[in-house]
Amino acid sequence: MTVEIKTIDFEPKRQTFGHVARRIGEGKPATRYQEAVLDVQATANFHYKPLWEPEYWAYDTAKTKVVMQDWYKPLDPRQYYYATYNISRANMNQSNERNFTFVEDKELLEKLPQATKDLLINRLVPVRHLHWGANMNMSEICQRGYGTAITSPCIFSAGDHLGMAQIIGRIGLELDGQTGDGLETAKDAWMNDASWQGIRKLIEDTLVLKDWFELFVAQALGVNAVIFDYIYNGQDEAFGAASLPISMLTEFVSDWSKDEVKWSDSVIKVVAAESVENKATVSAWAKQWIAAAQDALTPFAGADNAKAQADKAREKAKKLGLEI
Amino acid sequence: MAVKKMGLKQKYAHLTRGLDWETSYQKMDDVFPYDQFEGIKITDWSKWEDPFRLTMDSYWKFQAEKERKLYAVIDAFAQNNGQLNVSDARYINVLKLFLTGVSPLEYQAHRGFAFTGRHMRGVGPRIAAQMQSLDELRHFQTQAHTISHYNKFFDGIAEFQHMHDRVWYLSVPKSFFDDARASGPFEFMIAIGFAFEYVLTNLLFVPFMSGAAYNGDMSTVTFGFSAQSDESRHMTLGIEVIKFLLEQHPDNLPIVQKWVDKWFWRGFKVLGLVAMMMDYMLPKKVMSWKEAWEIYFTEAGGSLFTDLERYGLKVPKYADVATEMAEHISHQNWAVFYQYTHAAAFHTWTPDKEHLDWLSEKYPNTFDKYYRPRWEMWAKMDEEGKRFYNMALPQLCQTCQIPMAYTEPGDPTQISFRCTEWNGEMYHFCSDGCKDIFDDEPEKYAQSWLPVHQIFQGNCGGPTVPDVLNWYRLNAGADNMDYVGSPDEQIWNSWKGKAPAEAAE
Repeated sequence: MTVEIKTIDFEPKRQTFGHVARRIGEGKPATRYQEAVLDVQATANFHYKPLWEPEYWAYDTAKTKVVMQDWYKPLDPRQYYYATYNISRANMNQSNERNFTFVEDKELLEKLPQATKDLLINRLVPVRHLHWGANMNMSEICQRGYGTAITSPCIFSAGDHLGMAQIIGRIGLELDGQTGDGLETAKDAWMNDASWQGIRKLIEDTLVLKDWFELFVAQALGVNAVIFDYIYNGQDEAFGAASLPISMLTEFVSDWSKDEVKWSDSVIKVVAAESVENKATVSAWAKQWIAAAQDALTPFAGADNAKAQADKAREKAKKLGLEI
Repeated sequence: MAVKKMGLKQKYAHLTRGLDWETSYQKMDDVFPYDQFEGIKITDWSKWEDPFRLTMDSYWKFQAEKERKLYAVIDAFAQNNGQLNVSDARYINVLKLFLTGVSPLEYQAHRGFAFTGRHMRGVGPRIAAQMQSLDELRHFQTQAHTISHYNKFFDGIAEFQHMHDRVWYLSVPKSFFDDARASGPFEFMIAIGFAFEYVLTNLLFVPFMSGAAYNGDMSTVTFGFSAQSDESRHMTLGIEVIKFLLEQHPDNLPIVQKWVDKWFWRGFKVLGLVAMMMDYMLPKKVMSWKEAWEIYFTEAGGSLFTDLERYGLKVPKYADVATEMAEHISHQNWAVFYQYTHAAAFHTWTPDKEHLDWLSEKYPNTFDKYYRPRWEMWAKMDEEGKRFYNMALPQLCQTCQIPMAYTEPGDPTQISFRCTEWNGEMYHFCSDGCKDIFDDEPEKYAQSWLPVHQIFQGNCGGPTVPDVLNWYRLNAGADNMDYVGSPDEQIWNSWKGKAPAEAAE
């Protein structure tokens, strides 16, 4: 049996906005994602060239070498708009927060031997600075990129990196007894310790990239696939007994990584598949930045681990249709 | 023993300030290439006071909670056909103006704050700007989702994105934001963060949301309440920016003063659309534009600038002219749209007697003397079948891009004209304020994409009005012209006549 509440029917004149209807077909209801994202960025009749970069308009397809006939092809498979993004992250974080409570209650970090704490401060906590660099890159792609389909998930990703930098910061504070000394030590390692210098150089080199899609490739296939993946997933053995509580406290990072990859892989695949030229350009960038990331990881992880990690990224790039 | 939780402030300091580092493999000036050319001197970024201390985990939590509630209301509104409860279908024209004129600016703000959130050298302001970038994306998207339901039934909404880039009066808000986006990061923060979000937000955001509340628009007002806490964060960022710049170096004062003067005037001209909305378009009035100006600019702005005096900052230049204009601007703007109703994507009407009496009461110094006779004459002409249309294309101000319909300070019977010769060409302005802005940066404002010039140059679909409307994707006969006789009126009357009868079945 069904219960039917009687309502008055009002025949709508149209289902959605014109620019959305032209993409999905007249008379079809649009999703919230479609209304939030499709054709939102202005494309025409700009008034003034930016004082800080007069060779381009603020929104300009010429800011990257890759050419798309339509920048609304690389859509977000997660269909994030602001509401769904925030709700997803609030849920992910709630679970991470429970883990913090658990680890704190059981004193799982506090009870670790000092040598292990030092190891974590030197080998894990400095990664918060790498997240901060990644945050800058994703903000840069958001401001510099073309088309809301690709730029709006970038500000979400920037928010994610800030959030992860703060999760790692909290781990640092757990390890140093909430004094901040551990964070200082970790920053010193980031600035001066030989093992981190390749990684710091890599991220600094990306911070000055002008081609925003090259930056996207460098971040996704170099920084994310090689460096972050190794730091979070390649050190379990070295962390020993600490690896379990660390996995718990970085559950957000691991959820994020799966989520981000779904989107960034799809973007790279779609843009590379657009044309022979795009494929060649994106492949060259991928090759260059995976190699740079391998070099960067070598002092941190050793040549063999760095190579294995970079090869994993190369395999993935091939699956996305790139020639490496 | 569990570790004692830190206070939010202490935790925030640990989790943000320490993130940044002095780059050494690349020069800092290459990493931050845009924060020097404006001449602003920052001696110590660490002196920045965080205006709000939100870590990302709290941000996600608060914002997700607000979004869950907001979308529940938007869904309920659509399910229950909440559009039936608005005061009158004339009210929908306010939403048309908002979605075509204001929502795209929210999107522009999102991208602009992503720019400053990347390119200011200090970590504190960068994080605050990034959160504002996220918020502004939220505001664009929730506005589109809220008004989407109205779009299903009413005309003039569907092509808001296309129109924003093309339609003559929408180049006023568009050029305003393009101007800010084309400025350096510090000017952007003063233009949008301070002048727009702090000084003028109560004259933009608040009137639209109060208008929604007074006119039974439950979904828009719910958006308004939901965005309130975002807006107050944006205001605290705006005030912190200006204090920070002024405290950092005395050389910053003349630069900041120039920006405050410029952006006050730019903002004031854009707000003329809000003035007209409040005085003419809301079926149930909240207050007059003049009253709003007195409360939110003269009084609130007055105490703000008194507070800023200790830094040497003065009340914006021409604030007195703007205050005098508060007696006139709504009447002059609505008269422009009435004359050009055939080229507007919302409906116009002449005020009825009750409305005229309200305006007479609210504007005792000017309305009966200058404006009431005109509305009465136009109403009479309309009755006689001679409804007045202005078929000549208007001259536009080179800076604010508004048709030259404003009057001289001190003489409301004279149209105000100013001009400047630059690089062998003559440029025209509606006011001293707009002329000053041009004279200070002629290379910038000579570039303006002026809709009327563009039509004459053949860049807008063709030489005739129908050609241009077609190019605007303006559905003539539905989107434009007077409310009386429009499809909007028709559908509204059919609901109001029919709905109760059917419900009683």
